[in-house]
Amino acid sequence: MITKWAILLPFFMAILIPILHTRIRKFHLGWVALAVPFILFIALLRFLPQIASGDTISHSWRWIPSYNLTFTTYLDGLSMLFALLITGIGTLVILYSIFYLSKKEALHKFYCYLLLFMTAMLGVVFSDHLIMLYFFWELTSIASFLLIAFWHHRKASRRGAQKSMLITVTGGIIMLMGFLILAHEMDSYSIRTIISTISIENLNRPLYLAMLFVLLGAFTKSAQFPFHIWLPDAMEAPTPVSAYLHSATMVKAGIYIVARFTPIFAYNLSWFWIVSIVGLITLFWGSFNAIKQNDLKALLAFSTVSQLGLIMSLLGMGSVVYATTGEITDVIYTQATFAALFHLVNHSTFKGALFMMVGILDHEVGTRDLRRLGGLITIMPITFSIALIGGFSMAGLPLFNGFLSKEMFFEATLAIQEMNVHSWIVLFPVIAWVASVFTFVYCFILVFKTFFGSADKLPTDRKIHEAPIGMLMSPVILAVSIIFIFFFPNILGKFVIGSAMQSVYPTVQPFEQMTPTIAAWHGFNTALFMTIGVIVFGIILYLSWPKWNRIYNRLPEKWTLNYLYNQLLEEAEIVGKFVTDLYMTGSVRHYLMYIYVFFIFIVGGYFIQSHIFAIDLEDQAPVEWFEILLMFVMAGAAIFLLFAKSRLTAVVSNGVLGLGVAMLFVVFRAPDLALTQLVVESVTTVLFLLSFAYLPEWSKEQKSKATKSMNLLISLTAGALVMAISFTVLNYSEFKTISGFFENAYELAGGANIVNTILGDFRAFDTMLEVVVLLVAGLGVYTLIKFRARKGQKKYED
Amino acid sequence: MKINDVILKTVVQFVVFIILTIAIYLFFAGHYTPGGGFVAGLVLASAAILLYITYDTEKVKNGLPIDFKVVAAIGVALAITTGIVPTLFGKPFLDMSSTSVHFPLIGEKEIATVMLFELGVALTVVGVVMTIILSISEGRDD
Repeated sequence: MITKWAILLPFFMAILIPILHTRIRKFHLGWVALAVPFILFIALLRFLPQIASGDTISHSWRWIPSYNLTFTTYLDGLSMLFALLITGIGTLVILYSIFYLSKKEALHKFYCYLLLFMTAMLGVVFSDHLIMLYFFWELTSIASFLLIAFWHHRKASRRGAQKSMLITVTGGIIMLMGFLILAHEMDSYSIRTIISTISIENLNRPLYLAMLFVLLGAFTKSAQFPFHIWLPDAMEAPTPVSAYLHSATMVKAGIYIVARFTPIFAYNLSWFWIVSIVGLITLFWGSFNAIKQNDLKALLAFSTVSQLGLIMSLLGMGSVVYATTGEITDVIYTQATFAALFHLVNHSTFKGALFMMVGILDHEVGTRDLRRLGGLITIMPITFSIALIGGFSMAGLPLFNGFLSKEMFFEATLAIQEMNVHSWIVLFPVIAWVASVFTFVYCFILVFKTFFGSADKLPTDRKIHEAPIGMLMSPVILAVSIIFIFFFPNILGKFVIGSAMQSVYPTVQPFEQMTPTIAAWHGFNTALFMTIGVIVFGIILYLSWPKWNRIYNRLPEKWTLNYLYNQLLEEAEIVGKFVTDLYMTGSVRHYLMYIYVFFIFIVGGYFIQSHIFAIDLEDQAPVEWFEILLMFVMAGAAIFLLFAKSRLTAVVSNGVLGLGVAMLFVVFRAPDLALTQLVVESVTTVLFLLSFAYLPEWSKEQKSKATKSMNLLISLTAGALVMAISFTVLNYSEFKTISGFFENAYELAGGANIVNTILGDFRAFDTMLEVVVLLVAGLGVYTLIKFRARKGQKKYED
Repeated sequence: MKINDVILKTVVQFVVFIILTIAIYLFFAGHYTPGGGFVAGLVLASAAILLYITYDTEKVKNGLPIDFKVVAAIGVALAITTGIVPTLFGKPFLDMSSTSVHFPLIGEKEIATVMLFELGVALTVVGVVMTIILSISEGRDD
């Protein structure tokens, strides 16, 4: 039950908030939103002992049984870890946002989107059904899009939102293909079922493809190289959003997917290679690029990219045991995954604190440009402390939790050497070490360039002072937890990460043996020497930074990924416009022609192909004289319509035709249809009259003989085909008849009017969707007319 | 030229109510005899259209201050909600249920959740038809 309500509560609140916002004027809307993650966090904590002991909670919820859609939510160690992060960091971020965003902003939208995101994210980690997982996955992308474009009057925000949307949704759709292949191969949509049935024997080509597709989805979401380019642009979002979505939670959805699917795909050695190598490249490239950034948020964005790469590569290294041994014999090789999950938590704490710190600078100083910042240590001592703790933790220095996981990372890269997978694996610790040196350098830039040095270039338009207490609250809590985790890491390890390990390695019994005792000091070993090397080389590089920063200009603009992305977008627009212009001519006649031609070829083709054209006039009811009369009237009206001299005549004869159809319905005892046809006829006539003003002069068409005869041919064929089909269906018996429903409508649906029971009960799902389509069409007409470009305006928004 | 439409205006005053009555009748009759949410919505819309044609748009807007876009949205929301609510009670999506209630004067009548669904359909139809027609008729202000 907890999982179901955890998903629904933020959703209901997201609906409620826009309604509430006009009522609540006295206090900040954020206080209302704050309740949701806080309550959920406490509620989840209550289940922690149960989950930590290896239990799982699942809850099934029948959604559409006829389509076999059961919405199963599932709470195990891994979901718990992520859910605690989502709600815990969510609480702190919303608390922070209350002081960050003034009441003048569109707060109802902000919190609505944020809570929607929370629903989506909790849905991702709780869903057991692959399609539900995909649904929530895409919902996170949409929520992220809306939040990045929160300040949508800025062009950069819109561009950033579009970029993140395009990249993550493309990945998502590819992942859906992977899911579909996986479900098809394993004959189940339930992740748990798949995990319990899969084994090393299941290695085959489709599953390999499914693995690649799922990984693509995970990599785009988690900003792995070369898809990382959206993350720096997403920094246009308000800082609480960057802290929450783009460092602590959403970008970790990809990590979640990789961890969750390890027991499914990792039997294939390629999984290990792809995940760990992509992770290492991302780690290196992110840290290398972070150094050159002048914008503090861009620096943090690249550092997030790099840290995500670190976690990803650890997950890759942890998965190698599946492929090499088939089953886990030695617990030592699972420790990389433990380090990954541990670093995941640590990263959320220090990166959350750092983002909030940058937000404070932005808010109080008015700039985040490193070239202007400096000397703030005396003015903002508390903010400085937060930056110091967060930055040093990220650099992997002792006394902060980042040190512990960084050490474990080094150890994992060393331990993997013993697996004898391939000789190139020697490069793993080398890349890890080099990237850590760069990480060290940008952490120092972040801390020292901001808070030391001269304060000459600071903006002078305001009096700079320490942030208000409310704004400091959340980052201080995170900073304290950074130090707390360093001194008591095993609380986290035993209660949260231990059971999460069980989700990644379900076969290891008992799972507690995978939980190591984390210690800050374990003698002089290689990992420690690597850390000392990082510090020494890091300081040297930091001090000599002005000497070597020119290497960043070496990469020509044309070679960057962003250039490629922009080119791709431009080309797609050009090609798209070219192709669309080919058939979107603006002439209704052309569109009708497409429809009829397709109809003739597809429907007619099907009927001819399957040899079911049969015209049999036996057993038909006799044709009465008034029916023939009616037919003549209608045919006459239709022919008259073709030769009408004015538009009004055409509308009137069209009306005659419509009323004739209504009469025909009466004759054939279909009062419902007749009624509807009558009203539709009158409404459309009004619509026609209204449209007169828009239509051009009614003129005789000047078309070549060839076009005219082509049109004649198409219309005659379409008409003949409809007639032939009408005759055929009278004798057609391929499908099951549905008359049983009509005869028993009263017992089945409690209604005597068959038409209505079809609409409202038997096919209610169709009706519901039709109603939605109707609404969308109506809104489409409305927007087309109301928001079209006026004379002299630009044709499109940029 | 000034159009003399006194007859039309006078007749419409009465006719509109007749049409509205028919709409309501059709809506409730739909369960057993011809009618239903869709037709009722259309008839309702045609009553509104008649008003708009007879009197000018401004006048009707003052007397009937309804945003039809909202009506359509409410309709869709209602239709979907009637689908979702059963799932909260462990029933399948869009499961309909009904019960008999004794009304004073009218007697035993059946109340069904399908009514709510139909109401959603009707509201959507009215909303969409009116939105389209009004935006086309008002859209020429440039």
